[in-house]
Amino acid sequence: MNNYELNRRYVISELLKNRKDNLVINGLGGTCWDVASLGDNKLNFYVWGGMGNASMIGLGLALSQPNKKIIVVTGDGEMLMGLGSLVTIAVKKPKNLAIVVFDNELYGETGNQKTHTAYGVDLSEIAMGSGIKNSKILQSKTDLKILSEDINQINELSFTQIKINNELGETVLPIREGPYIKSRFRETLLGKEALLE
Amino acid sequence: MKKSINKNIANWSYDIYQVLSQNNAKQIAYVPDAGHKELIEYCENNKSMKMVSLTSEEEGLGLLAGAWLGGEKGVLLMQSSGVGNCINAIASITRACDFPLLMLITMRGEWNEFNPWQVPMGQATEKVLEALNVVTTRCNKIEEISDAVSAMLGLAYKSNCISAVLLSQRLIGAKSFKE
Repeated sequence: MNNYELNRRYVISELLKNRKDNLVINGLGGTCWDVASLGDNKLNFYVWGGMGNASMIGLGLALSQPNKKIIVVTGDGEMLMGLGSLVTIAVKKPKNLAIVVFDNELYGETGNQKTHTAYGVDLSEIAMGSGIKNSKILQSKTDLKILSEDINQINELSFTQIKINNELGETVLPIREGPYIKSRFRETLLGKEALLE
Repeated sequence: MKKSINKNIANWSYDIYQVLSQNNAKQIAYVPDAGHKELIEYCENNKSMKMVSLTSEEEGLGLLAGAWLGGEKGVLLMQSSGVGNCINAIASITRACDFPLLMLITMRGEWNEFNPWQVPMGQATEKVLEALNVVTTRCNKIEEISDAVSAMLGLAYKSNCISAVLLSQRLIGAKSFKE
């Protein structure tokens, strides 16, 4: 049990309320339901599997779309499985990529086992040590407000670890057919001609 | 002997580079292998190609999925042991969403291999790819490579397949630990 101030559904609504046409990628599990809880959006790429790779999808998208902002929202467990990707991303330093980790210190989908962050592993320090200079950890409404104003506009690679409590919201499941999610996203972002290549 | 092997690699590496360049492959993801050394250098010298050095091969599946979401083609370069690191990501991202993917895999653990620790994964590589429904073609001769890469890239990006070109150890030459 943790007693952090922030609730995940409050965080997601603050984080994405000014997203406009920014592109959003979630990690599997809790952050997928969080993104879906705000309503469907064709510029969401809902990841339902491939644990550990959400941030890398963000990197590939950021490199191919340098004029779009990409926001990856994932969980502590998902990020821990892909720690190497922080190093890879730090080397490329795409200015248009923001990685946000919802850290409840738990594997929420599998019975609330503690993750490594429950024992003091600091993901933001790992990101900083990897070379992502704009790396921070936050846990207050005040800091979240600043983040939600910054994240949709800053022109710098960033990593933010947000400590959240373990209150769950309603499980909101988005569409889950991978090829459809992919093609819908591409058509919306790239236009119909992308499907005719 | 060593020089002549490298000259061969340089020649077919340039053939692969040309296929990638002509087909507009933009994101070149790799975990280095000696067999890919020259190809990586050719790509590095092309400023329109984005080189992404991975800490582990499985990162390449997420990267190239994201690249395609944004409209860019790419390729994943690795040696056969890297296939083992990729299994879940190939299945759970690339296959689950029918993303196109081309992998160029240099083989270890087969032709006159000196290091027994390389053999189990090398021998399992084709079976693992088959289990994942990856369309695989093997090149044993230099003159096959250019067409094979072109055809597998076409299959991937025209027909949303996962394809792989296996560059055999016979072609590359077994790694020497004594030179």
